Amino acid sequence: MTEPTPRRVDPDVDLRVPADRGELRAHPAVVLGVIAAGGVLGALARAGVQAAFPHPRTGFGWATFGVNVSGCLLIGALMAVVTTGRVPPLTRPFLGVGVLGGYTTFSTYVVDVRQAAAAGAAGTALAYLAATLLGAVAAVWVGDAAARLLGRATGAREGETATGRPGADGARADGGPS
Amino acid sequence: MTILLIALGAAVGAPLRYLTDRAVQSRHASPFPWGTLTVNVVGSLVLGALVAAPVGPAVSALLGTGFCGALTTYSTFGYETLRLARDGSRLLALVNALTSVAAGLGAATLGYAATRALVG
Repeated sequence: MTEPTPRRVDPDVDLRVPADRGELRAHPAVVLGVIAAGGVLGALARAGVQAAFPHPRTGFGWATFGVNVSGCLLIGALMAVVTTGRVPPLTRPFLGVGVLGGYTTFSTYVVDVRQAAAAGAAGTALAYLAATLLGAVAAVWVGDAAARLLGRATGAREGETATGRPGADGARADGGPS
Repeated sequence: MTILLIALGAAVGAPLRYLTDRAVQSRHASPFPWGTLTVNVVGSLVLGALVAAPVGPAVSALLGTGFCGALTTYSTFGYETLRLARDGSRLLALVNALTSVAAGLGAATLGYAATRALVG
């Protein structure tokens, strides 16, 4: 038995997880490269959604709301899979740090809240602020639960010969690229 | 052209978030997500300042949509908030959520006001 790994809090990088600590030193260009590439894809997807559904200054920012809540749903599901340790090493840096980090945005969220409030739509600003916050946390929970349920169903079907090794966050595949 | 500028900004913003998160964590050994709070507050300050500045759509795409959008993150913030709550630190989760929103809003307002004061 290896020593138990501390449960991660930060899905981007958690230095209490040994594999996260070592990944940058081991392969700096590869790790930063896949994060940049993922970030570009995520940002372009966000820009596309925002361009398709523009909103007035005093309106509810549905596009950014949808982006942030769907991104949270996906990070919940992604990290449930990543923490099984059964994914390729660059999965978390590329999809989690890069794509989903680049897709979701905190800066547009607070700037839109400020603008709506300054334009006299305090009610909309408050509703948008609270709905995004509650929707985001609920979405992470739903994504995590759905992925675990699916994983359990798949694992059961794979049968008794499967060598599932759940819960070993960062033990192997969560680490640096090999 | 706009697409290229967004891509360029994001290609810098996303790795910078990762590097900042690492740097902050290496100085604060705590389960509280200081690293994510830092990038979100800094990005909100920059975007707040940018929207008040008389800049064209090219600069907005590069620095706003691309750089600030990729530097800041809601997915990481949302995940951390749920993680803290589930690990039994409900108070820490609440503090994280309220601090992030308040500090982000404050930073965006400060950036906006600073640019307004400078530009006139």
